Amino acid sequence: MTSAAPADAQVSGNVIRRGLGVLWVAVKEQPRIFAVSALGSALFGLMTIAQAYVFGRITEKVIVPSIRDGEARTGYLVAAFCAIVATALLKVIGIIARRLGAGIMQYRLQATYRRRVTRRYLELPLSWHQEHPTGELLSNANSDVEATWYPIAPFPFAVGVLFMLVVTLGLLFVTDPVLAVVGSIVFPAIAVLTVLYSRRMSPLMTRAQQLRGEVSTVAHESFDGALVVKTLGREADETERFRARSAELRDTMVAVGRVRGLFDPLMEALPVLGVLVVLLVGTSRVGSGDINSGELVRVAYLFTLLAFPVRALGWVLNELPRSVVGWDRVQRVLTATGAQTYGEGSVPGSSPTALQVQAVSFAYGNDGVLSDVAFDVQPGRTVALVGPTGAGKSTLASLLVRLVDPETGTVTYDDLDLRGLAPGALAQVAALVPQQTFLFDDTVRGNITLGADIPDEDVWGALRIAQGDGFVAALEHGLDTVVGERGTTLSGGQRQRLALARAVVRRPRLLVLDDATSSVDPSVEQRILAGLRDSAAASTVVVVAYRRATIALADEVVFLDEGRVTARGTHDELLATSDGYRDLVTAYERAEAERELSA
Amino acid sequence: MSTATIDGRAVERGAFATLAHGLRLTPEFREGLPVTLVLAMVATGGRVVVPVAVQQTIDHGLNAPGGSDLGLVRLACGLAALAVAVTAVASYLMNVRLYRTTENGLLALRVRAFRRVHDLSVLHQASERRGSLVSRVTSDVDTISTFMQFGGLLVLVSTAQVVLTTVIMLVWSWQLTLLVYVCFLPLVFAIRLFQRKLQGAYGAVRERIGALLGAVAESVVGAPVIRAYGVQARTAERIDTAVSSTMNAQVKAQTIAATTFSLGELTAAVANGAVVVVGVLLGVGGGITTGRLVGFLFLVTLFVQPVQVATEVLNEAQNAVAGMRRVLGVLDTPTDVADPVDGAELEHGPVGVQFDHVSFAYPGGPEVLHDVDLAIAPRTRVAIVGETGSGKTTFAKLLTRLMDPTRGAVRLNGLPLDGISFSSLRSRVVMVPQDGFLFDSTVADNVRYGRPGATDEQIALAFLELGLADWVEQLPAGLATPVGERGESLSVGERQLVAIARAYIADPDLLVLDEATSAVDPATEVRLNRALDSLTRGRTTITIAHRLSTAEAADDVLVVDRGVVVERGPHAELVVQDGVYARLHASWMSQSR
Repeated sequence: MTSAAPADAQVSGNVIRRGLGVLWVAVKEQPRIFAVSALGSALFGLMTIAQAYVFGRITEKVIVPSIRDGEARTGYLVAAFCAIVATALLKVIGIIARRLGAGIMQYRLQATYRRRVTRRYLELPLSWHQEHPTGELLSNANSDVEATWYPIAPFPFAVGVLFMLVVTLGLLFVTDPVLAVVGSIVFPAIAVLTVLYSRRMSPLMTRAQQLRGEVSTVAHESFDGALVVKTLGREADETERFRARSAELRDTMVAVGRVRGLFDPLMEALPVLGVLVVLLVGTSRVGSGDINSGELVRVAYLFTLLAFPVRALGWVLNELPRSVVGWDRVQRVLTATGAQTYGEGSVPGSSPTALQVQAVSFAYGNDGVLSDVAFDVQPGRTVALVGPTGAGKSTLASLLVRLVDPETGTVTYDDLDLRGLAPGALAQVAALVPQQTFLFDDTVRGNITLGADIPDEDVWGALRIAQGDGFVAALEHGLDTVVGERGTTLSGGQRQRLALARAVVRRPRLLVLDDATSSVDPSVEQRILAGLRDSAAASTVVVVAYRRATIALADEVVFLDEGRVTARGTHDELLATSDGYRDLVTAYERAEAERELSA
Repeated sequence: MSTATIDGRAVERGAFATLAHGLRLTPEFREGLPVTLVLAMVATGGRVVVPVAVQQTIDHGLNAPGGSDLGLVRLACGLAALAVAVTAVASYLMNVRLYRTTENGLLALRVRAFRRVHDLSVLHQASERRGSLVSRVTSDVDTISTFMQFGGLLVLVSTAQVVLTTVIMLVWSWQLTLLVYVCFLPLVFAIRLFQRKLQGAYGAVRERIGALLGAVAESVVGAPVIRAYGVQARTAERIDTAVSSTMNAQVKAQTIAATTFSLGELTAAVANGAVVVVGVLLGVGGGITTGRLVGFLFLVTLFVQPVQVATEVLNEAQNAVAGMRRVLGVLDTPTDVADPVDGAELEHGPVGVQFDHVSFAYPGGPEVLHDVDLAIAPRTRVAIVGETGSGKTTFAKLLTRLMDPTRGAVRLNGLPLDGISFSSLRSRVVMVPQDGFLFDSTVADNVRYGRPGATDEQIALAFLELGLADWVEQLPAGLATPVGERGESLSVGERQLVAIARAYIADPDLLVLDEATSAVDPATEVRLNRALDSLTRGRTTITIAHRLSTAEAADDVLVVDRGVVVERGPHAELVVQDGVYARLHASWMSQSR
């Protein structure tokens, strides 16, 4: 997919500044838990320094005199032991607060943004969904949200480290300004290295993230089409396609390794060199009597302790580019516009509604699908929508229940524009059975009621009309059988009948059937149609159909060809007046007649 | 109702066995490992420079007989700086090598797992959510990658660090070394205990994330239904539940990890305290110098670091093991419908089909096809009819070897189907399934999938021969029209047209159409069938269709009812009998006239 594209722009912009902006958002979202973990981290930092101080004191007051004098005083030893363990205990409290706090903060942010992104998915119109591949939407809600908040894990640590650095520098100056200045040279060096590192790293990380997405897209599509791959024996080509993308990912990761391989040892070596310089200078300072050996040890030890935590700054900075890319991708969803607007109206009454389509045009991009379509259906009447493959029937069906809005023109129920209806008001009036069945990972009952409070007898009633009561009753757990992608395998026809029951059970006042019985045997279909006609809850029906029996049920036929209504009337009228219609619906008879002639 | 699963064997293995098995299956990981290990040892050397330099400075620099010896300190520091430089170089080389080998290994693992998914039978493929299969070749491999490069590196360095530190500690004082080890011993057991807890916690996290992804996928894939039925609130609620339970599992795992980490810190403190006490007592008796004792305290820090790292790495190790297990789950699943070794080639030319007492049951399910015993002569056009669920599709899947029969055998031209090489079988026998899946590319590319290398002219000709030239013409960009993800920019019927062209251009000797035109309008269908009839003369064609117009035109009709072939013969014969076919046909007639 090319949708991960504007990565370059982000790299050239100030990634670190933008990344810090994302971190600031995180702090604003979770101020309390951030405070807990940052304070924990500061406690950890203070205690780390305290440890150095304690060791310095112990060296100075206990170890050196004891060994020099050949005499150990028990009280001093006990005090030394207690001091070491006590500082460690406080440090541990700091660690737990920091880590738990950082973890909770990260997971809460992930959860919050997953909720927001998926909410947005539900709000955005179908046309938006059609423009974005499933794989991309899945990764927006999952890996992009994760990547955005990845730096949160080491973030409080880094804040604590900054605090610790300040305190350390202060202490160093108090101990010995000369040593402090000498030792402090290390810190700007680390900062410069870190910035250089991020610059080299961020384009690579962005590229890697993008390639991961592409690898995933290839795998998704390939597994989706597994049956086609198998039936045409294309496994080797598919594997090659996947390998090519994966190899690119590998090459990028090897490049990442090279950069990391260069900078990691340097980052590690710097504090060590700092200690060596401190020792060198410190020895002469001890020799000249400016400091004592205990103070030298303390300073040296401080540097060793700092070596590791200082890298936490690097961890945060290194994750920022990925975080920014993730944030941008998440924001693209959150700020996407075009959500359908709603009014506050509802469709009063409970009888079948009138449906009117006026001058409706619709296009996918520049590809016009419907132009100036108009027809109306009186309450309780049945209209068949007939037309050749690709004429725009399914698009029209989705307009009728406002899955999409027309570009021009209006669709009304009882003279009410659909765009003026309140959210949810439409679903109480109309039901669409789409051409392709979608079942939720839920029970048969759940798939039919969709969570609405509907008694089982009504569910069975709907199943009876949909001719699905037989096979559902035969399922091991009946209505409680789990279906969907991982549930019991149902045939295409069985799935269609569940989808039909889902619509029927709601007693819709307008029922739109988009070739909803294509996978059902003719005889079963006939029984379904008879059931629909006879069912007490009469409704206005629009049915996309090819079969003569289905068309025969309709009071009127609307013939759609290349996005236009080219004929309207009863079946018999159209047979007489419309060549296109006649061609379509008598195809089988003519084929048979020809066969008989040639036989 | 299939109980074919993917994780059968892999879940039983322990963490170590899983990693070992993974390494065995992926020799790429072991390439050049000895040199990398040596480099790791050298790289770690740099870390003991500080304690040694401190010790030298104190013992020989500051406390030298006759005051401080600055020259010696300079020498020590200079040598140490050199050591640091060597370390950095070794560390660089090790990093680069490690990345290269692990990435090569992961690439191999990924590609192998991907291929295996395609080699699995349709039953295995159907036993898993699509997303779950995808994660086995993407995010699961990525977790292994993260572990190998961060964790693996740390493990290498840390192990070397423990060894080196121990050696120096032993040189300085065996008593204190023993003391340190005694202090750390309980930690080792504690970590093992927590590791097990952590494993469970991370397992739960992965499981919940899987459920979360499923819920999100539903909201995306089911977008039309959710909108049409106004069930946004309910869908949001389902997602929220999954989000919350994922978060709770994550927090739980994090709590265990934080506790484990703290234990290391406490242990180090106790060890340090003990070293001070015992060290001073030893020192008083002349057992250890001041410099060595102070240096020892530095060493304990170096000793605790790897232990800390180990607990840290455990997090990632758990994830990596879980990921590895899922990848191995795919690799370990036997390809039950496998390409035969030294398979026979099907000779070019007309194909005849024999079913020898074939029965089939889905794993753990009842038999759905009973003792089918029949022969289909080459060059015939056969229609298979029957009610939904009668076993027609099962018949087609057995015929094309998407599944193997539970009893009996299928033969093509007398050759047992499971003895024919896949490359031969798939090029000669092509099935067009009802779901006209298209790849996210152009119409032309999708047709070319049936015959790689076909030119645009050949593809245009194929559509022309199939009587679909005007359909292509009215597409916005003709053959170059993009079809969208899964072909969804085209209508369902249009997708089926492309799928048929794709199969047609593959030029098979046996063509199986399973409801391949169910969403195509009657006029187009009739035209298409007529074109296929004339074009596939001389080939064997087997068609499954609800629309009995196909049966009327076929040479031979097979009527399937509840898994049994109940009637057979040409349409004219069957339609006058008082049987299943006559009934089906009557109902079809009443509908289409």
